[in-house]
Amino acid sequence: MIAVSNRSSALNFGCAEVHPRALDSAPGELRRDLRLIAEMIDPGARVLDIGCGDGALLAHLVRHKNVDGRGMELSQSGVNSCVGHGLSVIQGDADRDLEAYPTGAFDVVVLSQTLQATRQPRKVLETLVRIGRRAIVSFPNFGFWRIRLHLLFCGRMPMSHLLAHPWYETPNIHLCTIRDFVAMCDEIGVRVERSVTLDRYGQPYSLDPRGSLANLLAEQGVFVLSENRGETNAAAQAVGRRI
Amino acid sequence: MSALISPRLRARSDQDWPGHRLLVREPLRLDCGIDFGPFTIAYQTYGTLNPDRSNAVLVCHALSGDQYVADPHPITGKPGWWETMVGPGLVLDTDRFFIVCANVLGGCMGTTGPQDINPETGEPWALSFPVITVHDMVRAQQRLLDHLGIDSLFCVTGGSMGGMQVLQWAASYPERVFAAVPIAAAARHSAQNIAFHEVGRQAIMADPDWAGGRYLSLGRQPIRGLAVARMAAHITYLSEAALHRKFGRNLQDRHAVTYGFDADFQVESYLRHQGSTFVDRFDANSYLYITRAMDYFDLAIEHGGSLSSAFKGTHSRFCIISFTSDWLFPTSESRELVHALNAAAANVSFVEIETDNGHDAFLLHEPELFETLRGFLSGCAEHRGLTRSW
Repeated sequence: MIAVSNRSSALNFGCAEVHPRALDSAPGELRRDLRLIAEMIDPGARVLDIGCGDGALLAHLVRHKNVDGRGMELSQSGVNSCVGHGLSVIQGDADRDLEAYPTGAFDVVVLSQTLQATRQPRKVLETLVRIGRRAIVSFPNFGFWRIRLHLLFCGRMPMSHLLAHPWYETPNIHLCTIRDFVAMCDEIGVRVERSVTLDRYGQPYSLDPRGSLANLLAEQGVFVLSENRGETNAAAQAVGRRI
Repeated sequence: MSALISPRLRARSDQDWPGHRLLVREPLRLDCGIDFGPFTIAYQTYGTLNPDRSNAVLVCHALSGDQYVADPHPITGKPGWWETMVGPGLVLDTDRFFIVCANVLGGCMGTTGPQDINPETGEPWALSFPVITVHDMVRAQQRLLDHLGIDSLFCVTGGSMGGMQVLQWAASYPERVFAAVPIAAAARHSAQNIAFHEVGRQAIMADPDWAGGRYLSLGRQPIRGLAVARMAAHITYLSEAALHRKFGRNLQDRHAVTYGFDADFQVESYLRHQGSTFVDRFDANSYLYITRAMDYFDLAIEHGGSLSSAFKGTHSRFCIISFTSDWLFPTSESRELVHALNAAAANVSFVEIETDNGHDAFLLHEPELFETLRGFLSGCAEHRGLTRSW
């Protein structure tokens, strides 16, 4: 159970207090965080979308940005539906099936809301920046204030629209905060080229991902990463602050 | 068992069978080093080739298949083996595509094989027929496409050994393959599969009527051996779950076991039937040659041991399909193929279909297979600029 896509449109909203605006976009419209990712991708790029779910992002990129798009998805029904709609998608998971790709095979590798479900997130991340010139990774921030408060006051495992499963059947086995994530990138020499933190309505915040405010206020983070080719992350930090 | 097998000798009346024949005069250089020819290719076509000759789909048949994809078999009268897939409005839509299927080299449905007369001796080739490979089968198909004026195939597809031919096409002639769909196939024949084939071949050779392969000259037929070969092979095409679902331990036309060796169980009766009907339409030596071709198939070996280099630089679009209950060509083999294609940065889709129908699932009614393939092909047609009407 690795890299189960959390992008199926039928999310189970565990938290009754989730604001309706936090729900996915209208049918046919791309989810807000995916739209943000789509905006980060240049037309005509070679793109691999890992955990591509029902193929919404991929289909959007192929249709509107003319990308050479490939997808990977664990769920059989997701894959079959994608291929049935003319998308090039393979059944596979991020832990097992990325190794075979050659270095620099893609311009962009997307891992959206899936990293926390991988068995070896660190290794996956290293592979992402190897096979893609850039990797775009989004994940739910476990340091988000609502999650902290939920645990503090309810004493139960937090659930939200991004973390929609109860503890006993969640595919999300490696949850982290934004600070955890940035620290790991530093540790393994992955360069943070750009980062965007999103509030619970999917609106971007202009916050430094390394600051404690972002870690508290952002419900999710979207990071553009690349392999660190000798530079320190100081330059990247500057970039991060500019956003 | 002999009572169940109709000892009808296979009449070599293939000139009366429906379909096209191409006499290839220019000899073919086979993998074994022999220049073979002239030879005949028997083939069927369905649909119409469009003016720019861009809508051709080559269907490659499996070990016991033939070119009668979508019309009745001339010997058995049974429907074509892929009538669920090929026809007007179906996945391989004959209103849209020009479908070609040729009997493989070494086959026994009209293409030259070991049962045909060796012009040098005036006797059937029998074991003097050269050992052919999957690549040789594909080389022969190339000659057919040259004859038909088809430079580039929109798609080449097939299941099992048909899938091996698809992979060979994609690896050796990528410029002629826009889309490749190997179904329930693998890039090499596994040790287990070679082992099963060897059982089949030994069953044929152990039949006294095989007579060192010279049965046709002697007016005999190794029907018992061929039937046993087919029975053993047929088990590998199914799954334990499917056998249990179809037959369980049910008895055949009786209420109790007979304490003898009659076909007490339905599954025995079924297998005997499979064996006995097979010998009516298949040649024993062809079975030896074609199983051998499959055994020899190893795409990586042809490319210095690296499967991904077999597909280096390919621009073909691949759709790999496997079935959950197929233990002859299991999903793991397809996954290996997918990894190799990924390593070659190929455009690949990979779908595993949930079914208990085993290896044979590619021949059966599998809605998810149809749906997936239909979607893949329309995506490809869009990229190829194939419109629905011309």
